[in-house]
Amino acid sequence: MYRIFTLIGQYFLLMNNVFKKPDRSAVFWKQFVQEIEKVGLSSVPIVAIVSVFIGAVITIQASYNISSPLIPKAYVGFMTRETMLLEFSSTMIALVLAGKIGSSIASEIGTMRITEQIDALEIMGVNSANYLILPKITAATIFNPLLMLMSFIIGLVGGWMIALTTDIITPAHYIDGLRMEFKSFYIVYGLIKMAVFNFIITSVSAFYGYNASGGSREVGRSATNGIVSCSLCILIFNLILTHVLL
Amino acid sequence: MIKANHLYKSFEGKPVLQDVSVVFDENKTNLIIGASGSGKTVLLKSLVGLHDVDAGEIWFDDVLYTAQSFEQKKRLRRQIGMLFQGGALFDFATVEENIRFPMDMFTDWSAEEKKERVHFCLQRVQLENVEQLYPAALSGGMQKRVGIARAIALNPRYLFCDEPNSGLDPRTSIVIDKLIHEITHDFKITTIINTHDMNSVMEIGEKVVFIHNGIKHWEGTADEIFHTGNAELDDFVFASKMARELKAEH
Ligand SMILES: Nc1ncnc2c1ncn2[C@@H]1O[C@H](COP(=O)(O)OP(=O)(O)OP(=O)(O)O)[C@@H](O)[C@H]1O
Ligand SMILES: [Mg+2]
Repeated sequence: MYRIFTLIGQYFLLMNNVFKKPDRSAVFWKQFVQEIEKVGLSSVPIVAIVSVFIGAVITIQASYNISSPLIPKAYVGFMTRETMLLEFSSTMIALVLAGKIGSSIASEIGTMRITEQIDALEIMGVNSANYLILPKITAATIFNPLLMLMSFIIGLVGGWMIALTTDIITPAHYIDGLRMEFKSFYIVYGLIKMAVFNFIITSVSAFYGYNASGGSREVGRSATNGIVSCSLCILIFNLILTHVLL
Repeated sequence: MIKANHLYKSFEGKPVLQDVSVVFDENKTNLIIGASGSGKTVLLKSLVGLHDVDAGEIWFDDVLYTAQSFEQKKRLRRQIGMLFQGGALFDFATVEENIRFPMDMFTDWSAEEKKERVHFCLQRVQLENVEQLYPAALSGGMQKRVGIARAIALNPRYLFCDEPNSGLDPRTSIVIDKLIHEITHDFKITTIINTHDMNSVMEIGEKVVFIHNGIKHWEGTADEIFHTGNAELDDFVFASKMARELKAEH
């Protein structure tokens, strides 16, 4: 228990160094663009693949569960939309990203730590935490909510493909369902969640990498610990944000 | 000139440096020698501020480094060049980008000027046609040389080298030693070098400090090192058969 509090304390101390004005804004923007590529664009394929399959599966499951003739078939589309928007496109995608970008950030920064590259930055008079971590956090927090929108749309397409190719539900019913009682605030809710989750993924995994010590085995372990902590934080903040926002 | 007064440093209750006081002179290659695990790296990293010391003062000329704020230290560090035990080149960048890095961060030089300076630094360490290579494609000795080139990119006043020739063959070791020695005198730098190589001591040891178990046992010049009467130092100096035979001859 005591260890958790020291970890949290160290995390905030690190963030205090991360959120300083960059030494060179031109250098920062260049890194920012590179990081959008590394933490955001490179995740587009995996997010797309996961989303299209899950959208399809949700549609199938929803239609099997709505067997009562009293409930209109259009509800299948409605349920697909709500599930994707409320939970899947933000929380589940964030957990996928925690595995993908979280581990790469933790091992990248951890390797720099144990090979003294971080010391080399410090000794030049560069704020290494700021230089290495801030571009990652800002790029992921600003750009990756777009991945949530993309996942949402692709998930709906996945469901629609099921409607087209099977006789579980007609495309017309499905589309009707998608249009049912749409609350635009849910989009905002999803975007906020995704921004917070991406902040958590990048900052927590960077924290684990930054504090790695020892050899390559420890770097591997810090990457693993980073993913586990990111995932736990995502689940906890999912609960908190849902409680606060809805 | 760099001066340390009564430095103490321990890790989790285990003392590593105990009451170390020492002066390193300008325009000289100052050597810290000692067995593996004696605390050389910790002393070097404490001097540059990568470790916070538990007690003691560190002076860089007339600046009391240990009393400075984070921002002030950052400014002073721009006058420090450091070569790390493992080279510590940025593996995300090419050789040219590595050497240019401090210039990109801290100068307003034009691309042309930077290129010229990179070229100059590489020439200084006798490397050619490596600008576009990544560190992983270089041999250990080349990495050390690029490390030196990066360390001198901004004309430092203070140069720190942690075992510049560990893992190198004897000939390359001497080349690197001589290089550091030359650079020190060309630019009137205060240079501090960690080593456990007696060859380096004889070649370039203008001032030598001997550390044993975190305590400074002796300081002096390379010429005096054979007749100190200090048991621990003699153990270190005469560890090799060759050195013992040398002593017998005298
Ligand atoms: N970060 C650290 N945490 C805990 N102990 C440390 C740390 N760094 C160094 N030590 C301890 O301090 C002692 C001195 O280590 P140091 O690296 O300074 O030795 P060294 O003289 O540089 O040896 P070598 O010649 O092998 O490089 C060792 O006993 C080491 O275990
Ligand atoms: Mg060492």
